[in-house]
Amino acid sequence: MKLYRDLTIRQKQIAWAWGFLAIPVLFYGVIRFYPTGNAILISFQDWNLLGERTWTGLDNYTKLFSDPIFWKVFKNTFVYLLLGTPVSLVISFVIAYHLDKTRFMHGFLRMLYFLPFMTSAVAMAWVWRWFYQPVPIGLFNNFLASLGIPQINFLNSTTNALPSILAPAVWAGLGFQIIIFMAGLRAIPKSYYEAARIDGVSTWTVLWEITLPLLKPTIVFIVVFSSIGFLRIFDHVFNMTTQNPGGPLNSTKPLVLMIYQTAFSSFDMGYAAAQTVVLFLVLLVVSLLQLRILKDR
Amino acid sequence: MAVTEDIKIKPSSEELLKTGPSRAPRNMGQIIRFLLLFAGGILMVMPIAFMISTSLKWPHEVYNLNFIPDEPTIENYTYVLEDGRFYWWFLNSLIIAVITTICSVIFDSLVGYTLCKFRFPGRYIIFIAILSTLMIPTEMLVIPWYLMSQQFGWLDTYWGIMFPGLMTAFGTFLMKQFFETVPDDFIEAARIDGLNELQIWWTVAMPLVRPALAALAIFVFLGNWTAFIWPLIVTNSVEMYTLPVGLSSFGDEADVAWELIMTGAAISTIPTLVVFLIFQRFIIRGVVMAGLKG
Repeated sequence: MKLYRDLTIRQKQIAWAWGFLAIPVLFYGVIRFYPTGNAILISFQDWNLLGERTWTGLDNYTKLFSDPIFWKVFKNTFVYLLLGTPVSLVISFVIAYHLDKTRFMHGFLRMLYFLPFMTSAVAMAWVWRWFYQPVPIGLFNNFLASLGIPQINFLNSTTNALPSILAPAVWAGLGFQIIIFMAGLRAIPKSYYEAARIDGVSTWTVLWEITLPLLKPTIVFIVVFSSIGFLRIFDHVFNMTTQNPGGPLNSTKPLVLMIYQTAFSSFDMGYAAAQTVVLFLVLLVVSLLQLRILKDR
Repeated sequence: MAVTEDIKIKPSSEELLKTGPSRAPRNMGQIIRFLLLFAGGILMVMPIAFMISTSLKWPHEVYNLNFIPDEPTIENYTYVLEDGRFYWWFLNSLIIAVITTICSVIFDSLVGYTLCKFRFPGRYIIFIAILSTLMIPTEMLVIPWYLMSQQFGWLDTYWGIMFPGLMTAFGTFLMKQFFETVPDDFIEAARIDGLNELQIWWTVAMPLVRPALAALAIFVFLGNWTAFIWPLIVTNSVEMYTLPVGLSSFGDEADVAWELIMTGAAISTIPTLVVFLIFQRFIIRGVVMAGLKG
């Protein structure tokens, strides 16, 4: 204790700071940084969890890039992104824009739109899976049948399955994006709109020339945030295709599901680690590109 | 000139959420807008509503399109709960979500506070290091975490499920932002009063950022309650499953009827919905704070 008392005020501060940070630094080192390095290391090895770990250099990566299933999965992952991000962005903006202008029962409407965000993806994947079942069972097809429309094969078709799985993922994220958009809309100073009204500008021009440009930081945030979510889609796909994960014929399999199967069904750890490194690079490049493109404009 | 000044005034998250008094629509356009938004809202909650309504139906009614069950029953709930597994899964999820929430709220705010209010060598490096972990997707870490758990015997234990989520970089960053709003004078005054640094953090700084703590707690809780991929990997025995993992395996059993799956889904969804309905204003404010500052 004498030692502590002899320290200057500044030295005491430093001691306290490092005292506070000791456990967190250990945590981030052991649970975040070490595993990151380890994943990269394993990606250069061949290892089935039981046998020897052998150094194979770039073999896992060359195997990956010549694997037609990987390219199929890679394409699927980007279809989730390129379909999911714009669709959810447009829907949530349109709803937020109109909800912002509605004063009647505003709080109640906002609650309705936000509620799906509070659900668990696994539970809702099962609910939607039930909706999609063929005629005597599924809600959607029963509804179509009651209108006399031929039923749609949602989950067992190689073309319909991916959008069908994407729909609940978009649905669950809308509430969050609407709230963020509404906050962004409120942050635009009223004086802009008043000036526009005095000049007699049309609502449409106000939207394109004032609202959207000033909303850019919000749009950038939502685009980057939701893109990361769609590139990492897993819970919905896994639970809506449990009999044949990623099926039919790999038409819905995203990268994360491929990683899961390679690592924990085939126990090909090195190959799976290489896929995680690719996922990391994809996320990094997509986020940086989006920030670059959207910030410049 | 007035316009440029306006931009600098950043409205608080409180102000961004004011619903204002409910005003009846005044013209045809507003009525149509309200009706369309209302229809959209009903469509949004339809999956949740049908999940709950189906969980209250007898088997012979399940595939009808009617929303209100003819004879509501809690038979499905008693059946699912008597089976026993959902009790375990619910309990596991609750224990894990509560402990990780407490742990990450404490540590994230402690680290955020230290990075915000202390000047010490290494501060910038620590900050950048923690921030950089935001770029690393969980999926990249699950293989090393699995190997680590295997080596130390953490597979199929609570600790194994919880350890990756005990601290979050997002929370640290969020709390650091909010501690900026705590005036240094308060901390200085407490120091003169003879409080030690730990007491200052806990009794002076923490109460001042309570809304941010609540927002963080809600996010961490929701994240852990619904977490799927890591619990799926780290658990093997049925008693250790969390609700999402349990529901997934329950639904996959060949002979399970849809009304029972809907009941299981309702059991794992209703708690967070109730929490939301009680703390609605709080949660929406939290989303805005996290979205704007995070």
